[in-house]
Amino acid sequence: MNSTRIAVTPGRFHGGLKLDGHRKLATGKPIASLPLSERYYLWLEQHHGPAALPCVAVGDRILGGQIVAAQEGRPGTAIHSPTSGIVADFQDLPAPTAQMSSAHMLVIESDGEDRACHEFGAITDWENAAPESLTERIAQSGIVGLGGAVFATGAKIGRAAANVTLILNGAECEPYISCDDGLMRERADSIITGARILLRALGSKDCLVAIERDKPEAIAAMETAIRDAGDERLRLERIFSLYPAGGERQLIEALTGRQVPRGGLPQDIGLVCLNVGTAAAVGRAVCRGQPLTSRITTVTGPALVAPGNFDVRIGTPIRELVAAAGGCNDPSARLIMGGPMMGVPLQDDRVPVVKAMNCLLVLPANELSDGQNQRPCIRCGDCAEVCPARLLPQQMYWELRDERFEPAREFGLDACIECGCCDVVCPSHLPLTQYFRWGKSQLHKQFIEHERAEHARQRFEARNARLEKQKAERQARLAAKREALEKARSDSGRRAAIDEIMARKKRAADENNEPGQSE
Amino acid sequence: MEGITAIVALGILAAALGLVLGIAARSIQVEGDEVEEEIDALLPQTQCAQCGYPGCRPYAKAIAAGEADINLCAPGGDAAIRALADLLGREVKPMAHDVDPEENTIVAVVDEPRCIGCTLCIQACPVDAIIGAPRQMHTVIATECTGCKLCLPPCPVDCIDLTPVADANSKPQWTRPDVATSTI
Repeated sequence: MNSTRIAVTPGRFHGGLKLDGHRKLATGKPIASLPLSERYYLWLEQHHGPAALPCVAVGDRILGGQIVAAQEGRPGTAIHSPTSGIVADFQDLPAPTAQMSSAHMLVIESDGEDRACHEFGAITDWENAAPESLTERIAQSGIVGLGGAVFATGAKIGRAAANVTLILNGAECEPYISCDDGLMRERADSIITGARILLRALGSKDCLVAIERDKPEAIAAMETAIRDAGDERLRLERIFSLYPAGGERQLIEALTGRQVPRGGLPQDIGLVCLNVGTAAAVGRAVCRGQPLTSRITTVTGPALVAPGNFDVRIGTPIRELVAAAGGCNDPSARLIMGGPMMGVPLQDDRVPVVKAMNCLLVLPANELSDGQNQRPCIRCGDCAEVCPARLLPQQMYWELRDERFEPAREFGLDACIECGCCDVVCPSHLPLTQYFRWGKSQLHKQFIEHERAEHARQRFEARNARLEKQKAERQARLAAKREALEKARSDSGRRAAIDEIMARKKRAADENNEPGQSE
Repeated sequence: MEGITAIVALGILAAALGLVLGIAARSIQVEGDEVEEEIDALLPQTQCAQCGYPGCRPYAKAIAAGEADINLCAPGGDAAIRALADLLGREVKPMAHDVDPEENTIVAVVDEPRCIGCTLCIQACPVDAIIGAPRQMHTVIATECTGCKLCLPPCPVDCIDLTPVADANSKPQWTRPDVATSTI
């Protein structure tokens, strides 16, 4: 084996669950495209970090692929228009998150012509292009991690050290979701091209493509694509099919037997992990000059007539996805963004598609917990058995129940990946993951407050020091004046002063005499 | 003879242990300042003086000296009382003030057209968050303001208002799961 290659020791990670995949629902037919929508709604916070600021005004005519919003100083998370048309409005609409009731969105009215702006030309000769130019292109194209973390890919590559190993994550472990499976079956070539571009941008010579064993069609397609590319740097690895094998840390542990340090990143152990969908987006951005304006989304669930995988433009309202999947035959069904384990319940069908939306799940209400059957924790420890992050969920739950955030943090709350395994096995049906999400956001809030307090303390102390100094200076000045006065008052001082005045008078008289003589 | 040996041996032992204890008392002594600093670290640093002391540090000093109670910090709220009780091994007490929990997230804003440039608020601000000069318009640096309200009383034209913080860094919060809405 080449020395630059990382050793693969296929194994397992701690915990996890064997779940029923329900994937056949959506993988039965090829990926379909949606007709052009009349209006697209672009959420300005659909990436990791602060919200993007719009750089167009209402009434502007725009072309497909044009940048409409970007974060200041962070080009990696720009948002591009999905089609040509007019910037119609800024609206507050229901957001695809459980934390906010509504969010500010940019509304684009399509003109039906779907013209692209070709702002960035294709880099056809990417095999000889400078790695920096490839990274720059990835950042300009607004590519973020499509596995769900939506971290800017350009920034991730820019930060990685030379000679890292690239891991392409094709392990799609959550039930119902099959967008990456569909992509690997049908567009394996674009994934492999993207992977080779990423290798050049990273300056890396090693790439592992990890796919779960229960996806034989995807494995076959990817194997063919790797063989056709004739690139020896790429290797395909089959991994054990277990939830959450697609989690970055779990995948790395399953592949290499090594663990990413707590609070650290895969870069710390020489790895960069990207989703296969992200690699395909990189391929499109570089070879065809197309920014990230669409993604593959699984629209599935027992309540849908014709579930499937769809190539959808970012910003499409999800009711059009439901319509494309044949509509919903259960009026009480609930909409969920993501899978049943980590997904976010959505308020209504006006929510638009965002870069993170790998799945739209429509579940009948009776498949969801209503929270009515909760029982007290009996300390059985089943949650610790299945926790892939090796935590003690029950202990953290007890701490959080009494709002003891700091002890919960000491038990590793910030290492929780919110996979939901503990919820599934809990015999008391406790909403553990929700407690952990809440606890994590409270810890974050406390951290911000602490930073603010520290800043205010420094300013308060600096001000007090300055006032003290000014006071001391004034006192020193006063003391000096008083001393001079005292000196003048004392006898010896007075005599000295008289002498000085006499001497000055004498000098003046001499000076007066001299010019008199010269006259 | 044996009695003398025992007395000498015990005497030497006592002297040696006394020496060790004496050195230890000096070298690992907890300074008054250290307690004060630990208390100060738990206070919200609003510097609002609602506790009756001219800032968080003076209040921390008073607590450390046993002069002040631990339930006087209004911006810190119950969380600060709990943290102080934990640190000092005291009983948790109810807050001494009537506190509106929303008040932690406010900043002062100068209504600029009304400002006459008297600099009184600048002198009152404990964290130098107001900039301006005599007969020049003043303004509050929102990111530095702690919302202590000390600038309100000195203003002769009442041109300072308090508004909620618009913090770009604050993430939307998850709520505590009372009634579960979790999936599956």
